[in-house]
Amino acid sequence: MDLSFVLSILVFSPLLGIIVLAFMPKTEEKSIKIVGFLATLPALIASVGLYLHYLWGKDLSDFDVAKEWITFGGLQGTEAGYWAVNYELGVSGLTMLLVVLTAVVATLAAIASIYIKKEWKGYFMLFLLLEIGMLGVFTAENLILFFLFFEITLIPTFFLIGKWGYFEKEKAAYSFLIYNGLGSAVLLIVIMILFAKTGTTNIEMLTGIMNDPNVPISGDLKLGLLIALLVAFGVKLPIFPLHNWMLRVHVQAPPSIVMIHSGILLKIGAYGLIRFGMGIFPEQFETLAVLLAILGVVNLLYGAFLAFIQTDFKMVLAYSSISHMGIVLIGLAAMNEAGVQGAIFQVVSHGLISALLFFLVGAFYERTDTSLLENLGGMAKGMPIASGFLLAGGLASLGLPGMSGFVSEFMAFLGLFEEMPWIAAVGCIGIIMTAVYLLRAVLGITYGQAHRDFTGVLDLKGVEFVPVLVLVALIVLIGVVPSVLSSPLQATLETIMLGLGG
Amino acid sequence: MSLEELTSYNWGIMTPEFIIVGVAALITILDLFMPKKQDRRILGWIGIAAIFAAMVSLAGMLGAAPDSILEDTFRLDSFGKAFKFLLLAGAALVLFLAVSYKADEGLEEYRGEFYYLFLTGLLGGMIMTSSGDLITLFIGLELLSISSYILAGIRKNNLQSNESAMKYVINGSIATAITLFGMSYVYGLTGSTNLLAIARTLQALADAQHAYLLGLAFIMIFVGLGFKLAAAPFHMWAPDVYQGAPTPVTAFLSVVSKTAGFVIVARIMISIFGVAATEGPGSIPILYNMQDYIAVIAAATMIIGNVVALRQSNIKRMFAYSSIAHAGYILVAFTTLSSNFFYTVWFYLLAYLFMNLGAFAIIQLVEAKTGSTKISDFAGLYRRSPVLAVAMGILLVALAGFPGTAGFIGKLNIFIGAFMGQEPHYVLASIMIATTVVSYFYYFGIMTQMFFRPAADDSKFTKIPVGIVVVLIVTVAASILFGVFPDIAIDFVNENFNHFSDFLQ
Repeated sequence: MDLSFVLSILVFSPLLGIIVLAFMPKTEEKSIKIVGFLATLPALIASVGLYLHYLWGKDLSDFDVAKEWITFGGLQGTEAGYWAVNYELGVSGLTMLLVVLTAVVATLAAIASIYIKKEWKGYFMLFLLLEIGMLGVFTAENLILFFLFFEITLIPTFFLIGKWGYFEKEKAAYSFLIYNGLGSAVLLIVIMILFAKTGTTNIEMLTGIMNDPNVPISGDLKLGLLIALLVAFGVKLPIFPLHNWMLRVHVQAPPSIVMIHSGILLKIGAYGLIRFGMGIFPEQFETLAVLLAILGVVNLLYGAFLAFIQTDFKMVLAYSSISHMGIVLIGLAAMNEAGVQGAIFQVVSHGLISALLFFLVGAFYERTDTSLLENLGGMAKGMPIASGFLLAGGLASLGLPGMSGFVSEFMAFLGLFEEMPWIAAVGCIGIIMTAVYLLRAVLGITYGQAHRDFTGVLDLKGVEFVPVLVLVALIVLIGVVPSVLSSPLQATLETIMLGLGG
Repeated sequence: MSLEELTSYNWGIMTPEFIIVGVAALITILDLFMPKKQDRRILGWIGIAAIFAAMVSLAGMLGAAPDSILEDTFRLDSFGKAFKFLLLAGAALVLFLAVSYKADEGLEEYRGEFYYLFLTGLLGGMIMTSSGDLITLFIGLELLSISSYILAGIRKNNLQSNESAMKYVINGSIATAITLFGMSYVYGLTGSTNLLAIARTLQALADAQHAYLLGLAFIMIFVGLGFKLAAAPFHMWAPDVYQGAPTPVTAFLSVVSKTAGFVIVARIMISIFGVAATEGPGSIPILYNMQDYIAVIAAATMIIGNVVALRQSNIKRMFAYSSIAHAGYILVAFTTLSSNFFYTVWFYLLAYLFMNLGAFAIIQLVEAKTGSTKISDFAGLYRRSPVLAVAMGILLVALAGFPGTAGFIGKLNIFIGAFMGQEPHYVLASIMIATTVVSYFYYFGIMTQMFFRPAADDSKFTKIPVGIVVVLIVTVAASILFGVFPDIAIDFVNENFNHFSDFLQ
């Protein structure tokens, strides 16, 4: 059976929702929200379909699509296939997991959008556009297409933050736009240099060409390109000195968008480093490994220590994201199977955990109008169920065995201890700090001293249970049966390891 | 020249020009004999019809082999055809804006000029695209310039419009004089004004002393034409002129006039200095020797255009700087001179034509509604008219060069050109990308106004003139179409223009 249409439908299915929404009157709050939610479902179903396809032991390359799209230059007499940019989508084990993660988080974030108070029509149209961008980023098989989707995520996010965010929303939207704009500008330079030098942007072909010793591209240029990639994706991830924008976004954006932002958009940075950095420039990646490990530890510690002194729960989580992305870097820097696997696990696991925590932040804010730790004390009394889930999310985040966070941290550090024991040893302080700041914040909210009277505040109800239950279930599932992630990853990891020469 | 010789020419290749010149004359006469009270708008529609007729006749000549008449002074090659399409399309859209334009103090008394001067300006541009001689190039340039001078000052009771025309005339004449002085050096060295003859003489130039003289000529011509393109540091006139001129005229200057400017630069630079040897036959042409200078001007133009645009509070001034910046991007292609040079420039101008004219259509509409051109007038446009705001949003995103729009593909072409070849221009391309990011600030500044800010008054836009509707539909559709399926353009060029290979024959 020809399955090549599946990915196109998967990626562009939210478009249907946009079109339907365009013809709806903008005052129909309830039906707009329902349509917005329903429009995320086809992608979810299709992505689960991908996973099942894999489980049944079939080949993921069944889904590959390639159609002629753009020719550049149109130089007559050039080799066929070169200077052409095709419309190419495909999935591997790694990208399949990320697509599933994206579809799940997007659907749950659509549910979390019940908290949106105004202009639902515009909100959901942009939201769905953002989903198209995210799904496309992970399925694109060439760099130009990747870049196209990458930028498609930029514009809706700008508006979603700037219009539906909190007090300093416009400032947050601008710093998002400019930081990420610079990041993608650097990325575009890399892509265009690769394109001009090799005549293709297909990722697989590029990997082959760049690692062919006969191709006359100097090691210096490759190193330069890799460093540029590191900067480009370092903005997204974010890596330590480039993180300021992300704090603002986490605090100012509406919770449903932060779920997506923290859950998926940051992961594009990690994905880019793995797929392009490690995949296309393995040799140069090795020379930067120590630097990456140090950057990772800096991220981990910096995030953890600053999270400890924050007074706003959103800021705690924002710094916690920085800290956890440090673990991704640590895993990648190890450059062995355990490390890389740990990094990918961390990507998925943190996506789920931060989506859960930010959903709860939104739920609390909805009822109390605050996210300050001080004001939230003693929530366990008013909202026992929500507090219970918060505790679960916190424990997952600090890496309690049996939950997804533990597996990823354990493997990432296992990898790094093998290669650079000293750096890893320093990094371990971060793990302790993670427990300290998370417990401080979470316990402060649940059992801390109450400064306000929360009687009459309603607990989670109805549809709000869907996101928390789904997310907690997935977190525990990965923690208990890590093979749901590790077995699809096997093939991807082997390819990467082969490239690394190990 | 005998009569027989005159009739033996294949005058058919000038059909588009004849149509334009004929209709321009017709409108002039009609204007004289029309009753005073009669609405002159009909003349604008006749002008639009003429442009479409010219386009159709041009399309009929697509397959024809390059031909030239009048001793090579007028040649119709693929370069000429391709750029004539741009000029005609741009002028048609501008005329649609013009028939929808209403000035505060009324244009009734001189409405006729307002239409036929666009046509004569267009004619000047068309002659430039097809000229094979310095003299015809110059005549075309002057025809375009003088029409533009009058158009800029056509609101004769408006102070800003007067200032705008005055500045434009003075700056423009100086620039023309400098260009002409440069051309005289070329003539002095080669004894001919015919581009091909000049090229033949210069290819064989053996004396290095002559190369210096030519270098001087190059700089003077480039400086003079730099005024026309509004390239830094010769851009000062643009913001004032753009601000003061009526909006359709501003649109004309920023698109048609700019396209024509690049046409003449390409004609002179490539066919004269692109082949002129520096040290004897076969050595590097002067144009390549001068690459660094062009690069500096391109970089300065991009930086100044984009950075100064940040500080503008008037939307027309902002678009003046934005158009300076876009000229800078195109100059990058002139610097790098890749094998796809013509296509790159042609596509960028095509994309720019649609993006910019669409934006000007909305500016004109908002200006008519609020009576001023402050950026803050766009506040709350989304609430007042969601369709207009979204259309403007798409056009701005295209101008900023986001993927999925024609602006992005245009920029990619330029980048690829910059990174190809023996010496990739990393620095210049990096400046271009960095300044593009700077441009996000001001393009998104308008977005902020439109989507985030509350409106000063909530009145809706009713009765949008039909001309503006046409322009908006065409420009928004084209900005997206050429961004998603750019192969339409490249296939068109490949099929009809054979890679512009007949440019130098």
